[in-house]
Amino acid sequence: MPSEAKPAESFVEKPKTLAELREGIISGRTKAVDLAAGYYDRIARKNPRLNAYLSLTKERALSQAARVDALAAKGEPLGVLAGIPVGIKDVLVMKGAPATAGSKILEGYRPPYDATVVSRLEAAGAVLLGKLNCDEFAMGSSNENSAYGPVRNPIDTERVPGGSSGGSAAAVAANMAVATLGSDTGGSIRQPASFCGVVGVLPTYGRVSRYGLIAFASSLDRVGPFASNVRDAATMLGVIAGHDSHDATSSEAPVPDYAAESDKPAAGLRIGIPAEYFGEGLDPEVGAGIERGIAALKAAGCTVKPVSLPHTRYAVPTYYLIATAEASANLARFDGVRYGYRSPASENLAAMYRHSRDEGFGAEVKRRILLGTYALSAGYYDAYYLKAQQVRRLLAEEFLRAFAEVDAIVTPTAPTPAFKLGEKTGDPLAMYLADIFTVTASLAGICGITVPCGTTRDGLPVGMQVLARHMNESAAFRVARAVEAAKI
Amino acid sequence: MTAKVTVRDVEQVAELAHLELGPEETPAMLRDLNAILDYVAELNELDTTGVAPLAQVSELLLEGSGQGALRADAPQPSLDRAAVMPQAPETDQVFFKVPKVIER
Repeated sequence: MPSEAKPAESFVEKPKTLAELREGIISGRTKAVDLAAGYYDRIARKNPRLNAYLSLTKERALSQAARVDALAAKGEPLGVLAGIPVGIKDVLVMKGAPATAGSKILEGYRPPYDATVVSRLEAAGAVLLGKLNCDEFAMGSSNENSAYGPVRNPIDTERVPGGSSGGSAAAVAANMAVATLGSDTGGSIRQPASFCGVVGVLPTYGRVSRYGLIAFASSLDRVGPFASNVRDAATMLGVIAGHDSHDATSSEAPVPDYAAESDKPAAGLRIGIPAEYFGEGLDPEVGAGIERGIAALKAAGCTVKPVSLPHTRYAVPTYYLIATAEASANLARFDGVRYGYRSPASENLAAMYRHSRDEGFGAEVKRRILLGTYALSAGYYDAYYLKAQQVRRLLAEEFLRAFAEVDAIVTPTAPTPAFKLGEKTGDPLAMYLADIFTVTASLAGICGITVPCGTTRDGLPVGMQVLARHMNESAAFRVARAVEAAKI
Repeated sequence: MTAKVTVRDVEQVAELAHLELGPEETPAMLRDLNAILDYVAELNELDTTGVAPLAQVSELLLEGSGQGALRADAPQPSLDRAAVMPQAPETDQVFFKVPKVIER
């Protein structure tokens, strides 16, 4: 008998680890098709309330699972993700499957190609279950900007899962996928990972191909994984990282074995703590969680020292000018001509553009296109866009100086735990400030991880952000493993 | 940088962006844009004289890596027309069709 009132059903459930599942599939004890079917059952049960999945790719998933089972039966070598059920944020394209980017303007669109990360996951044996809900064009911090309704946080369904990759975070937290992919432009992987109590990775700019990612702000957009533990996230990154000739910004740097790197102890690593992330506006319970995490890192043999990032307070205005300017250009392509929604019966071409975009885009997308167009328009370019790019250099250089002295920097991922649905929807600026600790790494191009770091008294997850210099994901994984191992 | 945006500005920017704003949308956008622009004016506190703009971070990353910032500009095959055209709202299978461009 329960001693106190409890919710009728808990949505939270931890997936088995990749290694456990893969072992089962190789040995034949688990059939990939049964595993996938089990995930589809769980999705059928939980998704009506959580709204994490927008569409399912069952046929493709089950034929991939059957292929994996056939290889396993013959004793053939299997990829590192053999039979692993994975979900894909709906800003990444899969051939023939809906790709809405959370927007009405892409309703009915069926892309004729696969994103590079999608091909790489399948080549490693992953079973792609379906497409995950997100804020429209990845613009938002709560998933409430999706044209297909908000995602609910599996830990407390009255709260937001964070955004924009809210579906990707919620799906892992509710075990509706073992791992997922999201995208992060100003915090869209790290912040929902924090709100849902899972691991989320922001890879270095250029580390993971964006070919097949619906663009929001191209100098900031990145693709990265979510998983229930650090090692699985490292394994996922190892699969999707690496050079791709289809993405001109993709790096030719070799890809380390991130999972093996994450096994190395954190002892001896130098950790920087920036006071700028621990001041006014930080929820005390979040601060206390991060302090416990820092204590655990000391106990694990890390050295901890203060670092100074004095331009932090300018990061949100810098970010919103750059991101909206780039978005206003990127979203010009949605015009009702080549794909997606076209407003019926317009009198001429210009009216067709206007009506299609008016009816297809939501309020936040319009707000950002207007702000970006304004910031780029004649007479304002120097004052806004150019100024923001100058501050961007100051922010990037101050990180590089800090990383000359430390291997990683740890901060809270978000100033608060998950907030209530509707709490910030009336005030765009309040919503933007939810990204205050994540936009810095976005602007600097460095890598980062969110790792769960305790909970508040109400049981809401606290996330620690571990940042490392460009292409040093290995250091971030080692630090995150140490925090995870401390079971804070 | 602290100039207030007017209704006329919002309408003009909307026109540039091919966006149509309804009568109830314009005042809300005006209010939000002014609030956001007031906030971003904080950047004026910083003296950025002589700081080179950073358009994207690849230039920081590529120093000493031996990798060029840009790939060679060589023609490559694109997607097959037959796969692309069915996605368009209106085509004749060869060209995209749109409403008339010029009024008589």
